[in-house]
Order: sequence, then structure tokens, then C-alpha cells
Amino acid sequence: MSEHIVPVRVYVLIFLALIAGTGLTVWAGKRDFPGPLNVIIALTIACIKATLVVLFFMHLRYSSRLVWVIFAAALFWLAILFALTFSDYWTRNWLIG
Amino acid sequence: MAESIAAEHEVHHPALQHHFENLEQQREAGTLGMWVFLVTEIMFFGGMFFAYTLYRWQYPLEFASASNHLDLPLGTINTIVLIVSSFTMALAVYSAQIGKRRNLLACLVLTIALGVTFLGIKAVEYHQKYVDNLIPGKLIRGHYFNPNGVHLLVGADKNKVEMFYWIYFAMTGMHAVHMIIGVGLLSVILLFAARGRYGPEYHNPVEISGLYWHFVDIIWIFLFPLLYLLGRHFVHGG
Repeated sequence: MSEHIVPVRVYVLIFLALIAGTGLTVWAGKRDFPGPLNVIIALTIACIKATLVVLFFMHLRYSSRLVWVIFAAALFWLAILFALTFSDYWTRNWLIG
Repeated sequence: MAESIAAEHEVHHPALQHHFENLEQQREAGTLGMWVFLVTEIMFFGGMFFAYTLYRWQYPLEFASASNHLDLPLGTINTIVLIVSSFTMALAVYSAQIGKRRNLLACLVLTIALGVTFLGIKAVEYHQKYVDNLIPGKLIRGHYFNPNGVHLLVGADKNKVEMFYWIYFAMTGMHAVHMIIGVGLLSVILLFAARGRYGPEYHNPVEISGLYWHFVDIIWIFLFPLLYLLGRHFVHGG
């Protein structure tokens, strides 16, 4: 698989999207949305921004399957780290309760 | 026989290491190695993101109070500085790919300058925390941690505010260390680029340094809303 050269136009578009996302997250952060919506909005914007950086700036979109698998492994183990550790803290009070 | 080996060596790119078949394989191996390293970095920062999640879950009001005390304008400017630096880094890789050496050098210099700007603004913020006695623990004589300057939301416990600052300094501190390493890395790349080492055929060091730089940017993309924006709506909204 030979190297893919991403056109500058794509970089500019991603850059503008990232700046817009930053503006949006600051705007949304100052507003009071019902329930946990503030956190959900902030994390959704952050995830979209991170995805854009990974796919285009870091060229994952144009990388080999092997790189995709390695990146997926990171997310998988991160999910384990959060899920298993949190299940411990989450249920500790159940015994005392 | 000897002549044919010599001829074969002549067509080799000088950057091709002997244990690789060709430059393409060498490039793939280098990129893969950096991605594996970044996986370990994700797990490393993941532990701290977990600590943040846990204590935010346990002390929501204290975290919101302390978060409101952070300097949002400086944090926003720093976010934009890092995004611009990621953009210039991407352009640096592009310039190397199409063999525009002067553009490559300019983009690398810009990226380094923006990285240093980020660290400078971060230093200003840290100094504010020092003046406000918000460095956690009793690290500095005369500036022991004291949350009296933090405006507490109703129901927040003054004694739990310090945890936010432990996590804030641990996470932004480790991020800053990564920025410093990144600036060092790019300075070496800049030096080699100035000597004309990179071109369309060989530029993998530029590319994988870029991967690292973008990764550090991604960490900040998450740190910024989690640390600076959390709980702003308690104060400004409604």
C-alpha cells in the first residue's frame, strides 16, 4: 500500500471544523441545559474533534488495517479500564447501605 | 558479482536501513511502532481520566466550584493555539511529502513556536494558581493550599476542593511534559530537515513526530471541556 497524500483542502476543512467545535463547546458550556445534557454535549463535541484529528491529521483513514486494529485495541482496553474499575467503586456502597 | 552488489547499493536510498526490504516497508514499520507507543500513552492518560471521572462523580459540586475558578479565556486561547499547531504540523508532513523543503521548515518553526506559546500561557495560569494559594498540598512555604479564594457553590464542602487541583495539576502537568518532549522532538526534526534529509521518498520521522504531536493535541481536546467548562452553567446559565 503506497502512501496517500491528503490534499491541503481537506486539512483546511478539518482545521475549520476543529475551531468551530471549540467555539461551540465554549458556548454550550456557559448555557444551562436540562439534566446531564451539558456533560453529554461537551463530551460529544470532544469525541467528534478527536475523531477528526485521528482520521485526517493522523491519517488513520488512509492507513493499513493493522493500524486500525491497534487503535481499536487502545479503545477496547480503555473501555475495560473504565468499566471494570468503575463497577468496583459503583457497587462499594451497596454493602454498607 | 561484486559489481552487481555495488550497483544494487547505489540505487538504495541512503535512509534505507539494511533490515528493511524497501522504504515503503520501513515507513509502515515506523508508523506502526509509533501507533503502538500511542496506545500505551492512551492507557497512561486513561488512568488519570478515570481518576477524574471517579472524583467528579463523588464530589460534583466541589469540582464545579473549583472548575469555575480556572481561567476560561486563557484555556480557550490555548485550545485554539494547539489546534492551529496541529494544523501547521499536518501541513509540515504534507510539505515533506511533496518535497517543498522551505514550507516544511516554515511549518515546523510555526508548530514549535505555537507549542512554546501554549507552554507560556500554561505557565501564566500556573502562576495564577500559585498566587491564589491553589497549588495542592504543602509544597511551597507560605503558599500552602487554601481554598478560601474559590467561590463555593451552595452545598460544596471546602475540604474536598483540593482534589480537583490535584487532578488538574497531574493531568495538565503530564500534558505539559508531553508538550515539552514534543517541542524537543520537533526541534531535532527541524535540524535534520534544514540539512535536507527529508523529501518525497523519505520523511517518516516527520510523519511519526506528527502523530505524537496530534495525540498530545487530542489529550487537550478532552482536558479543556472536562477541566474548564465543567459547571460553568451553574454560574452563568439559567
